[in-house]
Formats: sequence, C-alpha cells, structure tokens
Amino acid sequence: MAAGVATWLPFARAAAVGWLPLAQKTMPKPPVDKKSRSDEILFVNVSGLRFQTWKNTLDRYPDTLLGSSEKEFFYNEETQEYFFDRDPEMFRHILNFFRTGKLHYPRHECIQAFEEELAFYGIIPEIIGDCCMEEYRDRKKENQERLAEDTEAENAGDAPLPPGATLRERLWRAFENPHTSTMALVFYYVTGFFIAVSVIANVVETVPCRPVKGSIKDLPCGEKFSVAFFCMDTACVLIFSFEYLMRLYAAPSRCDFARSVMSVIDVVAILPFYIGLVMPENEEVSGAFVTLRVFRVFRIFKFSRHSQGLRILGCTLQSCASELGFLLFSLTMAVIIFATVMFYAEKGTSGTNFTSIPASFWYTIVTMTTLGYGDMVPDSIAGKIFGSICSLSGVLVIALPVPVIVSNFSRIYHQNQRADKMRAQQKVRQARIRMAKKGATNAYLQHKEDGGLQDNDSGSTALCVKNRSAFEHQHHHLLHCLEKTTNHEFTDEVTYSEMCMTDSVGLRTSRSTSLSSQQGSTTSCCSRRAKRRAIRLANSTVSVSRGSVQELDTLHVTKMTAGTQYPQRRSSLNARTEDLKLNCDDYTAAIISIPTPPANTPDESLPNSPAIPGILRNSRSNTYNTQESVKVSYL
Amino acid sequence: MGLVMGTFSMQSNKQDRAYRKDKIDDDFEMSIVCHRPEGLDKLEAHTNFSKRELQVLYRGFKNECPSGVVNEDTFKQIYAQFFPHGDASTYAHYLFNAFDSEHSGSIKFEDFVTALSILLRGSVREKLQWTFNLYDINKDGYINKEEMTDIVRAIYDMMGKYTYPALKTDTPKQHVDAFFRKMDKNRDGVVTLDEFLLSCQEDENIMRSLQLFQNVM
Repeated sequence: MAAGVATWLPFARAAAVGWLPLAQKTMPKPPVDKKSRSDEILFVNVSGLRFQTWKNTLDRYPDTLLGSSEKEFFYNEETQEYFFDRDPEMFRHILNFFRTGKLHYPRHECIQAFEEELAFYGIIPEIIGDCCMEEYRDRKKENQERLAEDTEAENAGDAPLPPGATLRERLWRAFENPHTSTMALVFYYVTGFFIAVSVIANVVETVPCRPVKGSIKDLPCGEKFSVAFFCMDTACVLIFSFEYLMRLYAAPSRCDFARSVMSVIDVVAILPFYIGLVMPENEEVSGAFVTLRVFRVFRIFKFSRHSQGLRILGCTLQSCASELGFLLFSLTMAVIIFATVMFYAEKGTSGTNFTSIPASFWYTIVTMTTLGYGDMVPDSIAGKIFGSICSLSGVLVIALPVPVIVSNFSRIYHQNQRADKMRAQQKVRQARIRMAKKGATNAYLQHKEDGGLQDNDSGSTALCVKNRSAFEHQHHHLLHCLEKTTNHEFTDEVTYSEMCMTDSVGLRTSRSTSLSSQQGSTTSCCSRRAKRRAIRLANSTVSVSRGSVQELDTLHVTKMTAGTQYPQRRSSLNARTEDLKLNCDDYTAAIISIPTPPANTPDESLPNSPAIPGILRNSRSNTYNTQESVKVSYL
Repeated sequence: MGLVMGTFSMQSNKQDRAYRKDKIDDDFEMSIVCHRPEGLDKLEAHTNFSKRELQVLYRGFKNECPSGVVNEDTFKQIYAQFFPHGDASTYAHYLFNAFDSEHSGSIKFEDFVTALSILLRGSVREKLQWTFNLYDINKDGYINKEEMTDIVRAIYDMMGKYTYPALKTDTPKQHVDAFFRKMDKNRDGVVTLDEFLLSCQEDENIMRSLQLFQNVM
C-alpha cells in the first residue's frame, strides 16, 4: 500500500459506521488487536550508526523488511535494538522514505550499491520520487550500456568458435570479423585494395591522354588503353563477384543477406559489367550501356564495410530523415514561391532567361543558397527587388536551420533512444505498480480463500491467518464489512468473465447439480456464499453421475494456473466428497463443465434456494493450455 | 518561411510560460497556508480520546498533511487506496462533506478527531446522528429517496465491477426500497431523524454492529 495509508485506516474503519443502517447482513467481528496501541520508539543500529524512530513509522509500509516481521530476525536481545550490517549512509535515505513517503536517490552514490540496498530492504525502485527519477534512470541506463559494451567486447569476434563449426560458419565469421584469422585479414585488405583500384580506374579512364600518333584530338585514356582498362575492370569484377558469391554461401540466412543494403550495393556494383557483356554492340543500346557505367561508381560504397564511420553516418542520416525531409519541404515551398514571383516579375522583360516557372527554379535555388552563378539575372526593377528579398531570405532559411538540424541530429537521436526506453520502462513501471495494487486486492481474495473470514475461530485456519499483519487484518475486515453491506462479494476479473459466460449461455438452474452423495448434506441451512476453488482432478476426464437433474457423460476439468491466488488442490472427485467440510460457513461452489448442453431442468424436488450459476458447456475444453480456468460446481 | 514558423512557436512558448508562472505562484501560496490545531488539553476535553491517543493520531495526520488540512482531492485519493477494486471517489465525496462540518472545503485535525471520537467512542445516539448526517446530502433534516439512492450507488461503486453475484443495474434501487420500507414509518417518502433513530434502535443487527467498532483505536 502506498504512503501512510496505515495512518488513515482507523479513520476509514470508523467511517464504516455509515454503512451500518444499510447493511443487509450482520457485520463481521473485527479482528482483535492483541498488541497495545501505545506507540514506542525503536532503535535501529546500522553498522554502528544508531537511528531511532517510532514503530508506527516503520509500520506504514508493511511489505518492506522494516515494516514486516522480517526485522525480528535482526533483533538483538542484549542491546534491545535491531542491528543491520549494512551501509549506514544509505540507510539514512531508506529511513527517510519511511518517514516522508518519498524515496530519493542520492546522486553521489553508486547506482548498483543503491539498488542492492533497496533490494535488501524490500523497496522497489519504481517508487523513487519524480524529483530523482530522471537522474536515477540516466545513471542506470549509463551503467547498463557500459556493462553491455563490456560484455559485447568480450563476446565479439574474439571468442573462439565452437569446435564443431562448419565451413559455412567459419567463412561467415571470417567475413564479418576479419581480425579473427590472417586469411580473413588478407582477404579484407585485398578486396579493399581492389575497390580502390576499381574506383581510381573509373576516374582515370576519363582523363584525356596524349593522342595517338597521327591524330590531333585528345583521347580519354580509357579509349587509348582500352584493353588495359578492360582487363583491370574484369579482374576487379571477378574478385567482387567471387566475394559476393562467397558471402551469399556463408550467410546464415540468405534471404536476409540478399535484402541487406550491403549486398544490394555489391550487386549494383558488378551488374553493369555483366549487362555490358551480354548486350550486343549496336548503336542504339550503346548509349544505355554508357549510362550503366555510371553505376560503377557505386563501388565506392563498398568501402562502408571497411569503415565504421560511414556506417554510423548512414545510420544517423536514416534516423534524422524526418528532419531532413522537413528542411527539404520548407525549402521547396520557398523555392516555388520565389520562382513564381520572379517569373511574373520578369515576364515583361524581353529576352529574359526566366522563360517559365521551372526555369526560375534554378535562379531561386542558386540565389537562396547564395551561390549566385550569374547565368540568370533579373532585369526589371520589380525583379531586382524580389531577387534581393529572395537572397536575403535564402540566407535565413538555409543558414538558420542547418546548425539547428545539425545539433538536432545528436540531440534528437539520443533523445529518441532515451524516450523510447523511458516509455517502455514507464509501461513496466506502471505495470509493476498496478501489480502491487493488484496484490492488495488479490490479498483480500486470497484471504477469503483461506477461510480467514470465518466468524468462528476454527483452529485449522488460525495458523495461516496469523501470518498477516494487524493492518491487513483490519483492512480485510473493512472490505468484508462492505461486502456484507451490499450483499455482494468481491471477485476477480477471470471469475467474473467466466460468470458472464455462464449468463450468456443462459443456463440457470434454481438448483445446481450436486454430486449424488452430496445432495442433502451440503444444502443445509447455512448461508449460501460461493467460493471458487481450483481443483485438479487426477484424470482429465471423470464421469460423474448426477442426481435427479442430469447425466454427465464426461467431465473436463483442468487446472487454473492463472494466478497465485488459488491454493492448488489435487483430488479425485470421489475423494473430494470427503474433503468437503460441512461447515456452515464454509462451502464451495464451482461450475462443472459438461460436453453436452443440458436442457434447462430446474430441480423441483429440492427446496428453494437462490439462483446459482449452473452447468454450462465449456466448449474450450479441447484447447486447454496453461491459462485455462476450472470449473466444477456443486452445492 | 522559417521566420514565420519561428515567431509562431515563440509566441505560444511565452504564453505557456506565463501560465506556468501563475500556477507556480498559486501552488507556492497554497503550500504556505498552515493550520495548527488547538491545544492538546482542549482537544482532550472536547473528545473522548486520551492524550496519548491524540498524540498518535496527530503524528500520523501531520505526516500525511504537513499543512495541517486535508482537501477533498487528497481525501479521495487516500480513501481510494482502501478500495482498489472499485471507484471510491463518490462515496469519499459524501464522507468528506460529512466530516467537514463547517463546509470550509478542507478537513482540519479538529474535524478529523471530533468525527473519530463520535464514531469510535460516542453513544449510540451520536453515532446514528452522524450517520443520518452522512445520508442527508443537502443537510435539510430529511433523507429522501434520491439522496439515499446516490449514497447507495456510491457504495456499490466501491465494490467495482467484478463481484459475485454480478451487480445488476437495479440492485441499488432495490436496496434503497428495502431501506425505505424499514425506515420510513409514516410512508411519507422521507426519513426524518426521529424515524431513523427509532428504526435503527429497533433493529438488533444494527445495534449489535454498532458495538463492533469500539476497539478500532
């Protein structure tokens, strides 16, 4: 329970007096508070530093070490104090949590040490106050990343392969981590060299060389030494193809590899050559062939396998794509506006370059980026005015966002990472808090299950009931009073949905089925209260013969493993009849599922009783797995 | 283009900041308000608690509300923690009004302790009077069916959705009808304090239950 609720419990219980006139049942007896209510000061000695606090303060959080009976394990009889052999500096913060209800994270402490202390004292870190939560999260993330890097560095590449590795795995490893073996390293450098050679060859073959003897025109070197260049090109392509095929063979998942960016680059790099080989040497396609050669420049991207920096740049651009897109969009808007304006401004001028709006785009872009080639200039006064406005706004439009975007790159990138993690953690945090809250509600249902609500002190239940704190006793009593007032009971979601299903099938019998031997005895005078129990039968199908109501062919019952709130009981149906205590206050009801939907047959022979959900056909019986629910019902 | 966008965003920022500043000022002011209860002796005289009990009560109260008063939202939050199954806010609202005898919008320690004293240590008549006061939402001296329906519905809200047997929509109404059949002696549609006291004193269940809450403190 959250902060200081224990303080208000007496008040909430007193307010229950308001329910009394409305109650349709008598209220249950309150738990007897054996201990005296006078508050006492406790001494807590943490490694020599002595703290004193009221007992009530520690009792506010009964699910921590200090608030529960667990602290008795640390009680020192001679010195009459609780001794903990832990860090006294940290204990100060823990104790402050009890006092104020807020947990703060001390900034100078190590995050691991703090978490260990919290774990020892049974406090979940999720309740750290908002003032310190940010800091705590950051430190924790930093720590985790550092640890992850360390483990990654250990594992990455340098660990030896398992002895039984196939050729494929070894090959793949050699490709991915060239540092592992000398062969891989050699291959790595060779391919790198050939990429460089190929790129340089592409560049050099367009440089004009001295012409052949007897000709005046300068020839590009590619045509002068065409054979040499062709041989070099062929060699490079052969090596690239070989490398690609090897990678394809070694890849653990060929589809994924084929779809990856690097393999696409590889393919694009070598394809033009093969297409060029295949294509015939006629005039019309040679133009297309020439343009294909442009794609050879993509070989330079193959360097990204060799350079970590290129990869990071690619990733960054990918992640900031939206910002870049927005920049582009706003630029486009500005360009279109100014181009239109310039076109119409210069329309009147004769011999103008601004022949159309798209033609003006070029002027606008050149002006806005402050290039100013001067190939297009406005002549009219209006054109000059708008041209100057264009260049001024160009400075602002481009120069301002660029540094912002550059810094946004790193900020947004990191922030996104952090925000996603925080959102995920927030969900986890809320889920944990919800679970703790649910724990409180389930605690009450569990308490009911254990028969703790019996008004008579039967000895069998005394033991399990004793383990609850006084606070829990009183809180459960309060909830019990509410149940009595409204004459309805608390159940949980699963049970409720099962009951809704019962209703929807529409089978209601005024008497539910009963096992043949059980009929008279269990339907005795006592008040009817239904409890649900999970029962696991020895066999999954048991045949039961019922009394006057129906015949059951088979009975499918499986265990409910949904929550921890139900005690696990195992018994066969026959043994069960003895198990049933014929306590007036204690009886069980559950719903039997049968394969065939029975006809509605209210049992006239049996006396009046409140309607109880009857048998229903459980059609899910065949598809049971862990989460299925159980129903066995009789009264 | 960027200019235009920029100026728009700056404008909204400024407005936000101004609003936030006011709010911060308000919060700052509110937290300064502090209430100190009257002396321990006086409280002991007015209520049925001993000094030690008052000390324990006040320590807890002060820890929760350092400013010395509980406002309605805090009260609802606290009360909701006891009933995690359902929605306790409506009933908490009615309770708050019952505790806040001066209708000041906040409960001080004296109100808290006075009410507790009645509920835990008061006479049967006092307890029933307090309950009547709780049910009488508009404090006109009569409980009519609408008020009772509101109260009963609020109580059923606290049960939540998942109950056994399942709550039907007319369950509160039936409950209220049963209550009126018992309490409204002259069948005039309202329950006065005298009718209420009389009917409760006739009902053994209620009398017995009233004794149960003696030992809460």
